[in-house]
Amino acid sequence: MNKRLIPLIVFLVLAVFFAIGLTKNPREVPSPFIDKPAPAFRLPEVGNPAQTFGPEEMRGQVWMLNVWAPWCVSCRQEHGVLMQLQAQGVKLVGLNWKDKDREAAALLARLGSPYLSTVDDLDGRVGIDYGVTGTPETFVIDKGGIIRFKQTGPISEEVWKEKLEPMLKELAR
Amino acid sequence: MKRLFMIGVTLLATQVLAGEAQPVGEDPQIEQRLNVLAEDLRCLVCQNESLAGSHAELAEDLRREIRDQMKQGKDDKQVVEYLVARYGDFVLYKPPFKPLTLVLWLGPLVFLLVGGITWWTVLKRRRAQPEGMANTQARAEAARILEGKSE
Amino acid sequence: MIPEIGHFALVLALLLALVQSVLPLIGAQTGNARFLAVARPAAQAQFLFVVLAYACLVTAFLQNDFSVRNVAMNSFSQLPAVYRFTASWGSHEGSMLLWALILAFWTMAVSVLSRRLPEDMAARVIGIMGLISVGFLAFLLFTSNPFDRLLPAPPDGRDLNPLLQDPGMVLHPPMLYMGYVGFSVAFAFAIAALLSGKLDAAWARWSRPWTTVAWTFLTMGIALGSWWAYIELGWGGWWFLDPTENASFMPWLAGTALIHSLAVTEKRGVFKSWTVLLAITAFSLSLLGTFLVRSGVLSSVHAFATDPARGAFILGFLALVIGGSLLLYALRAPTMLGSARFAAFSRESLLLANNVVLVSALGSVLLGTLYPLFLDALGMGKISVGAPYFNAVFVPLMVPVLFLMAVGPLTRWKGASLPDIVVRLRLAFAVAVIAAVAVPLAAGEFKPWVALGVGLAVWIVYGVALGFADRLKHGGNLLALPRGFWGMQLAHLSMAVGIVGIALVSGYEGERNVKMAVGDTAQLAGYTFTFKGAEAYEGPNFHAARGHLVVKSASGSEFTLRPEKRLYNAGGMPMTEAGINYGVLRDIYVAMGEEIEPQVWTIRLFYKPFIDWLWFAAALMALGGALAASDRRYRIALKDKAAA
Repeated sequence: MNKRLIPLIVFLVLAVFFAIGLTKNPREVPSPFIDKPAPAFRLPEVGNPAQTFGPEEMRGQVWMLNVWAPWCVSCRQEHGVLMQLQAQGVKLVGLNWKDKDREAAALLARLGSPYLSTVDDLDGRVGIDYGVTGTPETFVIDKGGIIRFKQTGPISEEVWKEKLEPMLKELAR
Repeated sequence: MKRLFMIGVTLLATQVLAGEAQPVGEDPQIEQRLNVLAEDLRCLVCQNESLAGSHAELAEDLRREIRDQMKQGKDDKQVVEYLVARYGDFVLYKPPFKPLTLVLWLGPLVFLLVGGITWWTVLKRRRAQPEGMANTQARAEAARILEGKSE
Repeated sequence: MIPEIGHFALVLALLLALVQSVLPLIGAQTGNARFLAVARPAAQAQFLFVVLAYACLVTAFLQNDFSVRNVAMNSFSQLPAVYRFTASWGSHEGSMLLWALILAFWTMAVSVLSRRLPEDMAARVIGIMGLISVGFLAFLLFTSNPFDRLLPAPPDGRDLNPLLQDPGMVLHPPMLYMGYVGFSVAFAFAIAALLSGKLDAAWARWSRPWTTVAWTFLTMGIALGSWWAYIELGWGGWWFLDPTENASFMPWLAGTALIHSLAVTEKRGVFKSWTVLLAITAFSLSLLGTFLVRSGVLSSVHAFATDPARGAFILGFLALVIGGSLLLYALRAPTMLGSARFAAFSRESLLLANNVVLVSALGSVLLGTLYPLFLDALGMGKISVGAPYFNAVFVPLMVPVLFLMAVGPLTRWKGASLPDIVVRLRLAFAVAVIAAVAVPLAAGEFKPWVALGVGLAVWIVYGVALGFADRLKHGGNLLALPRGFWGMQLAHLSMAVGIVGIALVSGYEGERNVKMAVGDTAQLAGYTFTFKGAEAYEGPNFHAARGHLVVKSASGSEFTLRPEKRLYNAGGMPMTEAGINYGVLRDIYVAMGEEIEPQVWTIRLFYKPFIDWLWFAAALMALGGALAASDRRYRIALKDKAAA
């Protein structure tokens, strides 16, 4: 082979990678928790601190842990979708992340709560245990308490139809 | 008079308020460790900043978390493991040496090796090369074109 | 109205660039003299229209015409005029127009300063630069029009990113682009030489001053960027090895290698095809940097708002320009060995070694920058590659380069005696080793990297001194030495200055993060900092708290620092403005943190020994470049032209 072709070949390989790279988002980081047990916690419920919740209570059920915050704009976007899901019987647990201004209870009372239970992660420690970097993030957790999927960003109708719904059906079997 | 007044105010201030400034973290040794370690960790929510330099809230939370872990007596390696377990290798600015990063870490060595071999073969060829006239002529030609005179 | 004129001027510039590229290139291929003659006037006219377009953009910014989307997104009525002007290149669209403007400027410069070149060569060079202009102007018009209207016009703009509202940012982008784009001249010469098949000494000689000037601008641009980061980001860092910074650093490395290999090609007629490849590489890396920063494939502190359509356009353009040039290189690069002979130990062999290591370093930076992208594209997960990797890889690679820096200039062309050089540099080695041990010990703590840096710096300085001594052996005047020689030695000397700065600041900087109430004091590196309080004040487009600290040195001298914490009115974005006391031997650097209680602040105090040597080194390096580029040999060509 002509060695003067080497630079061209190197460049073409790079160009192919760039072309693939254009279709990806460098900010989207996969979760290291996929197929690992959901980290345990026990946190007080929003509006009712005497009552606490831990993920082990959901053993035997397929459920979703939705990390959200009252100050988060895109959480408000997905709120409507979450309400519909709740109406369909999807089991959602809310993790109210770093709600320093204590607004969650009032907000849920006003807009309606899609959650079986909403717990208060005031200092963000449980969020860190789940590798949360922002809101909203949603973890799909199976009957054995294993995290199967993480959705970064709001759940839209498409995300539900294309990714989450088939997955929940599969896990429910 | 004015100066005297200033001194008086300063003295007063010193007595009433002033003291040695407190470090932000309670334990300077841990702060030192934290700063060094955080330089090599990524602030996950910033575009591309280290955990040490970022003002983002998550970065501050994570620094607090690292500080707590250090206080509990965990060493740097354990703290890093703690973060990697939660955020993956993405959090490390210095990627670990493993099969996936083999090319990354060995690449520079390979470049240097290939370069060195090329260098050596060129030298061997050049030593055997007779010095021709063509080169001197070409330089004279260049000088003629560019300067309008001979060198 | 004015934005429409600007838009129209851009369209005309695109048409002129097409004329400037197509006709002369055909003319050169077919020998049509009338087509050849189009090159210069078309290039100059294209320049005028791009200037007109840029002037329209600047006018829109200065007049706060918020009906122009670009102005509305990147300016603000309260923004001071100088930043309204610099905001014209603060956005993606504006900075692309600046690219096109600077490219047109370089083309114009070539068209004026190329009278001595054979007509077909000049036409080819201008034609190739025209092709690049076509790409950029089309990119502007089709994907990033800076004159797009936003109707109805918003009452006020969103403001320029506060990070960019800094004196360092006034000059950093134009300088950087002068460097990036300046490599297009060497690139165009290389392609023209490949097309014509005349890769002779004239080509190398012509490319040299252009390359040196571009490299000089790039050096200044990078240094200004580093200085900006130092004063603006608020934690005293000066180099981050962020993908964007690597994007400017890679062309600089390639340009440095090119300057050295051009010297060999011109003097000895060897390494021709290697030099051509480096000329293509240097400019390709400039283009690649543009792609990386603007396409969103990598995440970076400096990234512009990204858009996949733009990324696809630039990638297509890259494939055409770089792929086309490399294909041409594969087909046309000379396979014949130059007719020069040199020994294993000679100036040639050492310069080649310099190139080998510089290019390995370049390859490593490229690998580190793109590796996360590779893994992601292959679906193998996400990793980060940051400063620790680059330091671990880059620093060891630089050691041989710096070591050879003292040896190379003392070594004769064709062949030299190794034992002679060893004898000459024996003392230098001894002095370097002594300094390497003594300086860190004198500084209070022995650190191996500091020792290595100091030793290499002394080694280089000694080599430079020997170089001057050689030239003056038979008498003569220091100032009468050729500027090319001065330029080289100053550039080498600047590396020594820079290494001292890097080694000492990395080895001995000090930092404290403290809570300070009024009257509190803190100690750092023998300095006593007293916090006198913070006052509120109103800037033109921000309000700020300005701290007042009195710093007393061990020797009793006193100075005041006024670091600021600013909150910009338009975005509500907080910014730190460090308070810095500059000094030849150290900077004292203070940044305000948060006000945790009324009049109680967290404050970061830094002691930065020898940091200013970095920018002093850059200035010296740029001076060296300017001297080398203005060497008599290159000026003669100009003077003759003027006389003719």
